[in-house]
Amino acid sequence: MLAHGTLLLQAHDLSWTLMLVLAWMFLGVIGLLRPHSLRFVARGLFPAGAVIALGVAILGGVALLSGHAPQTMVLPLGLPNLPFHFRLDALSGFFLLLIGVSGAGISTFAAGYFRSGEGTAPGLLGLHYHVFLAGMALVVLADDAYCFMVAWELMALSSYFLVVSQHHRSEIRQAGFLYLLMAHLGAMCLLFSFGILQPGNWQLTFDAMRATPHTPFWATIAFLLALLGFGAKAGLVPLHIWLPEAHPAAPSPVSAMMSGLMLKTAVYGMLRVTFDLLHVQFWQWGLLVLVLGLLSALFGAIFASVKTDMKRLLAYSSIENIGLIFTGIGLAILFEAAHLPLFAALALSAALLHALNHSLFKSLLFLATGNVLHATKRRSLGALGGLARTMPWVAALALVGTLAIAGLPPLNGFVSEWLLLQSFLFTPQLSQPFINMLVPLGAAVLALTVALAAYVMVKFYGVIFLGQPREPALADAHDANWLERLGLAWLALGCILIGVLPQIALRAAAAVTGQLLGSTISFASPWGWIAPIAPKQASYSGLLLLAGTICVIGLTYILVRVLAHGRMRRTVPWDCGYPWQTSRMQDTAEGFGHPIRHIFRPVFDMERELPSPADKAPRYRIHVEDRLARIVYQPVTRAVQRVSDAIGVVQSGRLAIYLLFSFLTLLGLLAAVL
Amino acid sequence: MMMHQSHWIVELLNLLASILLLISFAMLSRRRTQRLITLYAWQGLVLFASTCLVAYSSGQKELYYSAALTLLLKVIVLPWVLYRLIRDLGAQWDNELLVNIPTTMLVGLALVIFAFGLAQPISMMANTITRNTLGIALAVILLSFLMMITRRKAVTQVIGFLAMENGLFFAATSATYGMPMVIELGIALDLLVAVFILGIFFFQIREQFDSLDLHHLESLKED
Amino acid sequence: MVRQFGEVLLAIALAPLFVGWIAQCRAWLQSRTAPPLTQPYRMLRKLFHKEVALAADATRLFRITPYVLFGSMVLAAAIIPSIATDLPFARVADAIALIGIFATARVFQSLAAMDIGTAFGSMGARREMMVGFLAEPALLMVLFNAFLLSGSTALPSLVEAYSSGPLSINPSLTFAGIAFVMVLLAENARIPIDNPSTHLELTMIHEAMVLEYSARHLALIEWASSLKLFNYACIGFALFLPWGIATHGADGGWALLLAAAALVAKLIVSGAALALIESLSAKLRIFRAPEFLAIAFLLAVLGLLVHLLLGS
Repeated sequence: MLAHGTLLLQAHDLSWTLMLVLAWMFLGVIGLLRPHSLRFVARGLFPAGAVIALGVAILGGVALLSGHAPQTMVLPLGLPNLPFHFRLDALSGFFLLLIGVSGAGISTFAAGYFRSGEGTAPGLLGLHYHVFLAGMALVVLADDAYCFMVAWELMALSSYFLVVSQHHRSEIRQAGFLYLLMAHLGAMCLLFSFGILQPGNWQLTFDAMRATPHTPFWATIAFLLALLGFGAKAGLVPLHIWLPEAHPAAPSPVSAMMSGLMLKTAVYGMLRVTFDLLHVQFWQWGLLVLVLGLLSALFGAIFASVKTDMKRLLAYSSIENIGLIFTGIGLAILFEAAHLPLFAALALSAALLHALNHSLFKSLLFLATGNVLHATKRRSLGALGGLARTMPWVAALALVGTLAIAGLPPLNGFVSEWLLLQSFLFTPQLSQPFINMLVPLGAAVLALTVALAAYVMVKFYGVIFLGQPREPALADAHDANWLERLGLAWLALGCILIGVLPQIALRAAAAVTGQLLGSTISFASPWGWIAPIAPKQASYSGLLLLAGTICVIGLTYILVRVLAHGRMRRTVPWDCGYPWQTSRMQDTAEGFGHPIRHIFRPVFDMERELPSPADKAPRYRIHVEDRLARIVYQPVTRAVQRVSDAIGVVQSGRLAIYLLFSFLTLLGLLAAVL
Repeated sequence: MMMHQSHWIVELLNLLASILLLISFAMLSRRRTQRLITLYAWQGLVLFASTCLVAYSSGQKELYYSAALTLLLKVIVLPWVLYRLIRDLGAQWDNELLVNIPTTMLVGLALVIFAFGLAQPISMMANTITRNTLGIALAVILLSFLMMITRRKAVTQVIGFLAMENGLFFAATSATYGMPMVIELGIALDLLVAVFILGIFFFQIREQFDSLDLHHLESLKED
Repeated sequence: MVRQFGEVLLAIALAPLFVGWIAQCRAWLQSRTAPPLTQPYRMLRKLFHKEVALAADATRLFRITPYVLFGSMVLAAAIIPSIATDLPFARVADAIALIGIFATARVFQSLAAMDIGTAFGSMGARREMMVGFLAEPALLMVLFNAFLLSGSTALPSLVEAYSSGPLSINPSLTFAGIAFVMVLLAENARIPIDNPSTHLELTMIHEAMVLEYSARHLALIEWASSLKLFNYACIGFALFLPWGIATHGADGGWALLLAAAALVAKLIVSGAALALIESLSAKLRIFRAPEFLAIAFLLAVLGLLVHLLLGS
């Protein structure tokens, strides 16, 4: 009976998933019934959305781990001859799992987060939010280009409305505009790419695209266009300029969703197009993706270390992590093109695991900053500090997120970074002459980025939660309520579980690599260990590491308490003989970033206002900007402005001229037809 | 017997070649001119040792003479001449760089990769026991050139030029068991003459501009 | 299991002695009378007997950190094969994960330094993280070299591969060795990066982070620092001088005693060498430290390239 029931469930995984997605949209629409009632929307609809997200995650996991053949479905929505095709295979299942798990945590948090708002009404917010979630799930399930683009656009538009939910502030409107612009530029590239991939008779299904052979030239063009499109959505350098504007402008749960989930749909798209539709062909593609990934990673880490706004810092950190994911993808393409499928599987597993990890810990951190913002009304790091005393829950859970994102064992960030470094170790086996010497240096850039990420996170956590409060008003900060704590704890639990027991997540990734590459990493090691290539080569056990650490720390504590007395007294800190210590004397965010500014000077555009000894009221101001954005985008925007000005000449404003245009067109048509 | 011998000889030669590369890198990063001359002398010593080893293992007697010439000229005479020169010019100490050290090192690294990549197919064609080290010789030449480009004071340009010749000599030894003796003697004489003439030039430059900073030479162009 | 405990206890016991030996060598080289070899132990005992003076605003993180530091260093000592290679804990983490454990210790220490909110703590944290982030690529490239030579990043496999193979002079390993020594000096706060016996706060990197700690917390932190140096030395021995370590199969009592004696001999020699290096160098300005570490990184990369070229 139970077997029959599960069989029934499995055979209709896809339909269950689609029904859950529909339920999300339904939730959003219900919110419109009572748009201004916060209690109804926040306490009723969002928790329901979280439960649905859990369901989606479970279905995704079942699709991954059950090893069934991919399920497809055709729905007669859409245009007359273009129905929607849907497909649930291992790749979709993995990303559904990702969306569901993080989405559940974020929705739970959002249920407790949205207070009496300014700007958009809560009902509308709920609509956009759930349509956003539904759109992301549909992107992952789409099996033809038309459905994909519809879902992509749904995602972009709903997230735009979420970003500008406080639309009465002009900088938020500007950020939203930039976001929409870049999203649509990317979507155009995607459309062209799909146009090249289709077999010529406008059959837009992915099956048709898979079966079509492409010449190397057109395959490369399609790949580059897809890289542009998905890269713009993911925030790869140099298409990243919208990310540091849009993520901070949105409310915190929305930032978490955009950073944690939406960027991963771009990763999904890249994997789908490169590995599934194009069947990786050239190692040069891999090299390009690798270089862009490493560049983004280093860029994101460097800029995050000099930012003073906590949400901007996290946005640049997202750029860095996306760079790491794309590095793994690039390595996988390189290895696959060199016919080394085992190492390709290693690199791809690292990229997938990092995507999952990033969705967990980045969401956790963004949500924590949401709490800080609500409690203190301040975003700048120069006005925070010492919040661990007044917000202990948020501080403790944010510590888990900080340690995870810094890549420290035994949490999850370390496992994916370890796998990525392991895959770099095999790059000298590539056959191309200069490549097998250059690519190992990428391992050094990776190590630099990872270490810099730790630096950035120490700055983030230390300046916000530790030290002395930099403003007296911070004493009134209140901690998170139970819904928010639940959401944060769910995500933190995910971080810890995946770090300590990475085998489960790795089996999920192995299902994906098996589908895309035909090979997986080795699972021959005993339970509790991972040894991706061979146990003699390298092995890691997060569980034993955690157990060992706890045992040793516990033993040390007991021994110290037994052998030494436990007396303690509270005093003032060491002041070097200078008694008037204020909270302004501790490091600011600018100060903490000073070594990076010094070492990487050529990368920044800095404006500094330094005080002189004669100043009555000395001020120090520094503004660090993105030199790359200025160099790349300003000429482009000027050129676009010139072209549109030239075209604007046509708009003369006189009615007679417009009628003349219509008349001339009519004459031309008559001449052509007759 | 020959095989056994050649095994440890090859290892030792590889080690000496690596030390040569290390010395070239060290020259890129040293700030003081006096240290540069010391490093150049060490380079000469390493060349002497490797030439002797190659002579021993391949049985070519001329290489011993070549090694002796290297010892005499590059380890004893030229460094002594250069020491005297910089002492008289007063240019022993700090030497500014046009580009900062980490960037120079990174560019040097890229040059090494380039040289290694180029040398790999060429070493297939040679038939000496030191053919693998052709890449290192090429790298030494390129690194010395880089050193000449990134320095401001005139004396270091000479040292870079001499180091480049070292690399050339090592390339010759590794690819073809040395050059004909006549050419060797000719090159040695050229080196000596070049150093003397350049020394005279430096005194003139210092007379004219009161400093050995090369950017003063830019003021000579017509405007 | 017993051998595992024995190895860990030996590490914990020998680490302060190692630091004391280095101090004695330095004193000899500087022509002054050395403190007795047991001085570090006496200091630890004195600290354990004192009463903790804790800043009024310190959070729980501040109080847990000494235990976390000590725990992670002991764990690392259990993983590094200093005496034998087939101990049960040795495969829990490979060399890259070891770097991660050291990074955890560094991050916790920096966070604790920022906890009190004085200028010195955050300055020390900032500098320590800077040295750390520059040293990691260099260390990774050293491990890459070792990996290329023996096909593994697990330290036991490295020891077995290198100690059982034929003796050969390996230029890439030489370069990697020099780079490793430079990273060791940087990470363990030795001259030329940091002066462990300075009392001027503005020149401190490591010491500035522990200014606020006292009594048993300080004792644990000092012990953890000496353990860190001991661990780095043992990693160096495993990578470059692995002879004497009891390898797989040779696990009788004699082999272990021999391994322990070899370890002590290597520690004596390396301690003297470290003291020599420290006495011959001057402490660098803080922003010359990136150049120092860049040189270490470049040496390691050179070793890698030389290996790829020469095939040796």
